[in-house]
Amino acid sequence: MRTGKLHSIETMGLVDGPGIRTVFFLQGCPLRCAYCHNPDSQTFHGAKEITPDEVVAMAMRYETYYRATGGGVTFSGGEPLMQGEFLIEALRKLKEKGVTTCVDTSGYGQTTYYEEIFKYTDHILLDIKHVDNEAHEALTGRDMTGIKTFLSALKSFKGRLIIRHVMVPGLTDNDEAMNKLLSLIEPLKKKIDKIEILPYHKAGIEKYSQLNLTYTLDTVPAMSADRAMAFEKVLNERLVALKSMEIAKTA
Amino acid sequence: MKPFKEGDWTDSIDVRDFIQKNYTPYSGDDQFLVGMSSKTEAVWKVSKALIETEIEKGIIDIETKVFSGISNFDPGYIDKENETIVGFQTDAPLKRIMNPYGGFRMLEASLEAYGYTIDSDMADDFKAYRKTHNQGVFDAYTPDMKAARSVGLLTGLPDAYGRGRIIGDYRRIALYGTDRLIQEKKNDLHRMASLPANEVNIRKREEISMQIEALKEITAMASTYGDDIRKPAATAKEAVQFFYYGYLAAIKENNGAAMSLGRNTAFLDIYIERDLQAGLITEIEAQELIDQLVIKLRMVRHLRTPDYNTLFAGDPTWVTESIGGMGLDGRTLVTKTAFRFLHTLINLDPAPEPNMTVLWSEQLPMNFKRFCAKMSIETGALQYENDDLMRPIYGDDYGIACCVSPMRIGKDMQFFGARANLAKALLYSLNGGRDEYMRNKDGTTIEVLSGIAPLENHGTSDQNNAAALDFDTVYDRFKLVMTKLAELYVNTMNTIHFMHDKYAYEKGQMALHDSEVHRYMAFGIAGLSIVADSLSAIKYGVVTPVRDADGITVDFNIEGAFPMYGNDDDRVDEIAADVVRFFSAELKKHEAYRSAEQTLSVLTITSNVVYGKKTGATPDGRGKGEPFAPGANPMHGRDQMGALASLNSVAKIPFENVCQDGISNTFSIVPTALGRNENDRLTNLAGLLDGYFAKKAFHLNVNVLSRTLLMDAMENPSKYPTLTIRVSGYAVHFNRLTREQKEEVIMRTFHERV
Repeated sequence: MRTGKLHSIETMGLVDGPGIRTVFFLQGCPLRCAYCHNPDSQTFHGAKEITPDEVVAMAMRYETYYRATGGGVTFSGGEPLMQGEFLIEALRKLKEKGVTTCVDTSGYGQTTYYEEIFKYTDHILLDIKHVDNEAHEALTGRDMTGIKTFLSALKSFKGRLIIRHVMVPGLTDNDEAMNKLLSLIEPLKKKIDKIEILPYHKAGIEKYSQLNLTYTLDTVPAMSADRAMAFEKVLNERLVALKSMEIAKTA
Repeated sequence: MKPFKEGDWTDSIDVRDFIQKNYTPYSGDDQFLVGMSSKTEAVWKVSKALIETEIEKGIIDIETKVFSGISNFDPGYIDKENETIVGFQTDAPLKRIMNPYGGFRMLEASLEAYGYTIDSDMADDFKAYRKTHNQGVFDAYTPDMKAARSVGLLTGLPDAYGRGRIIGDYRRIALYGTDRLIQEKKNDLHRMASLPANEVNIRKREEISMQIEALKEITAMASTYGDDIRKPAATAKEAVQFFYYGYLAAIKENNGAAMSLGRNTAFLDIYIERDLQAGLITEIEAQELIDQLVIKLRMVRHLRTPDYNTLFAGDPTWVTESIGGMGLDGRTLVTKTAFRFLHTLINLDPAPEPNMTVLWSEQLPMNFKRFCAKMSIETGALQYENDDLMRPIYGDDYGIACCVSPMRIGKDMQFFGARANLAKALLYSLNGGRDEYMRNKDGTTIEVLSGIAPLENHGTSDQNNAAALDFDTVYDRFKLVMTKLAELYVNTMNTIHFMHDKYAYEKGQMALHDSEVHRYMAFGIAGLSIVADSLSAIKYGVVTPVRDADGITVDFNIEGAFPMYGNDDDRVDEIAADVVRFFSAELKKHEAYRSAEQTLSVLTITSNVVYGKKTGATPDGRGKGEPFAPGANPMHGRDQMGALASLNSVAKIPFENVCQDGISNTFSIVPTALGRNENDRLTNLAGLLDGYFAKKAFHLNVNVLSRTLLMDAMENPSKYPTLTIRVSGYAVHFNRLTREQKEEVIMRTFHERV
């Protein structure tokens, strides 16, 4: 059986997809986001191993909470799409037990497994890091090729999508960036339940010094939660408008 | 006005039957609720100001001319014109009562602490002619009992103050009137006339006669307020008022730690609903009755010594009201008055009392679940207990006394028994029954439990010669300690309650019980998570004790990782469950006074700090003097898997027949971690309770706040006059905690990942 590399488990995930969710944070990520809250989960080394059966056994301990809230299991990271084989097996086994599944990703993974992963996934939380190619690379260490591939693969995804974006002051807190974000996801609009703009905050910075890493956003202030919420509101209204235009066209 | 539907309740005393025949379940939402009436506003304004003055000053006043008693005090008012519901314990609000029957020294110490004196003739006469509960207990205590008490192996025993934890069925006064209640008691007495005059029957006859006397006193007390309670209540206002007179009598007569209210919202709703239907009152007046009742309940006070506050911080009175739950017939017992009662937290600001306890069932109406979640998030004042677990045992007319003690209203009572320090008991198994913390005056060690052989070769003061602890040996020895402790504990409790019945019998509360009452004897334990983690460390790690010259453990060297309670890891959670099963079974082996049924709780109130102070270093790595976790909570910071793993661990502690006096768990989460918007937060909190209780868990205190906020409140108390937090089994104004207790609360695990 293929084992997964595990960073940690959070048994009470309340903001990681619908309802109450058990979140498996997988170890290792190809991106190096400047604001990453879990820099210790970036490297692929030194992780604990977990089998798909262990994932299922653990999830079943929280089944009553899922039932009460429409929750389930979320794979986050790290980047879960980097552990395709393990992920597929774990997702499949969870679905066999009737547990709903969710993948929290930045869209950078082993492309060959995408189709198979989608089969067993109910929800995807897609975190789009930036909307400009160069800025994306500056922020994460990778250009937008990966996310564009993933967005295009998502055309065959049958589940529901939540789009997320961490808004950093001075980077994307402007209408132009939001327009670009909307056009990036426009082809998937029917599957998108909502767009969440998460205000950049500074909690977790101390991890960087503990790991002897430099924190490059040191001088950037936290994002105002109210401003982020205002952007989020407008985006979601526009998303709803786009969806209804589609309905009007087909009618 | 529409007559009530008749039934068994008409022929015999049966409040439950009256409720079942006449109440209106409510599954709607909170939109019907209204704000304070102008009368309430006026009364609350002066009451609130007085309460705030009291928090500043520590105490408002003490009645030093009269001792406690149901009808010993003149009527008292705070704003007579606007008080819809009347009655204070003495002739003035927040003026405390001297109750000498528990123990006179305790009373004198309380008076002295606040700078009051009692008339010397009164004191001399009392001491000359009346023996107290405390004197009786100490006449009969054995040296072993005294030793266990003084080292803190058994703590908080009700041997110098009222035992409390008794809930009178105060509704009976409203439903039947005292004439009828007296007649029923006389009938009971008459039926006993042919029984042999043995100790059991003589005592019972004396008690029933005292109960009849109490009912007359309650009647007299009510008449000083201008009310005739000999006849049943005819209106909603009378129902609330008459019911409150019953409770008021209880708190005039007694000063028990927990003087709980019962389960009254469905009962009162019947009268309110009837008056609303008849057009006699409006919703504003309905809410006014409940608001004004709650104002009175917030002003209940007992005279305590300051060191009582270190055990039970914040002047708690445990006016516990049990709300909601389901009926045996599948209808919910949630009524509009359940909403009205919870809504007082909004109308009158959040407050710790009355101690609002929601009886949670998966079957509760969704609107009510979400309303409770909303109240928890907004006020932090609610606790939740598992109706689906209790209903099969107690039926659908039980209530919670104190924090977590279930009992059938008017049918069960309990002998409250505080708790044993199991973490200390574990150390006794390593130290040959000797205390690890206290010494005799001459410096010699104190042997508290005899016949516990010292562990050979298990760690010495010579580090070269130290050997690691062996789990099987230690666990066997610990079981022996628990066996001896259980025997001592039952004997101690029997002594206390024999004397309490003799010298401080609660005639007013017992008058509102059936004459044939079922008794529980409620034992308790503290330090469960420390015991579980310590045994786990010994089993899965390598633990070597460090001993002093007398061979007493002073520290432990711990090597290797071991599973810790609070991570949903059966290896250690099963140890915790096994320990309580064993201890409970041992307690049940010994005959309890008045054939009481032994139960056990895992509950500490805020005394976890004091227990910690008096307990040496433990094998789990906890240092000497460090606080315990509260109740059945995992130790701070040891739960590494998030909140639900922690909840699952606690849910494994067995309730029925084992910890049937309750298992307390306190949970704190920051608002943003609960969900991204209000709707999500309500769904998630309600779902969390559903999920937790479906795992057969018993109790949850819910705090929705952040550590930062508490730290700010610690530095700037005036910014947070009404900040209310749930501690262990009750709520408290954060400002009333000691600095030490505040720090301990802040240290606790906050679930805050976002």
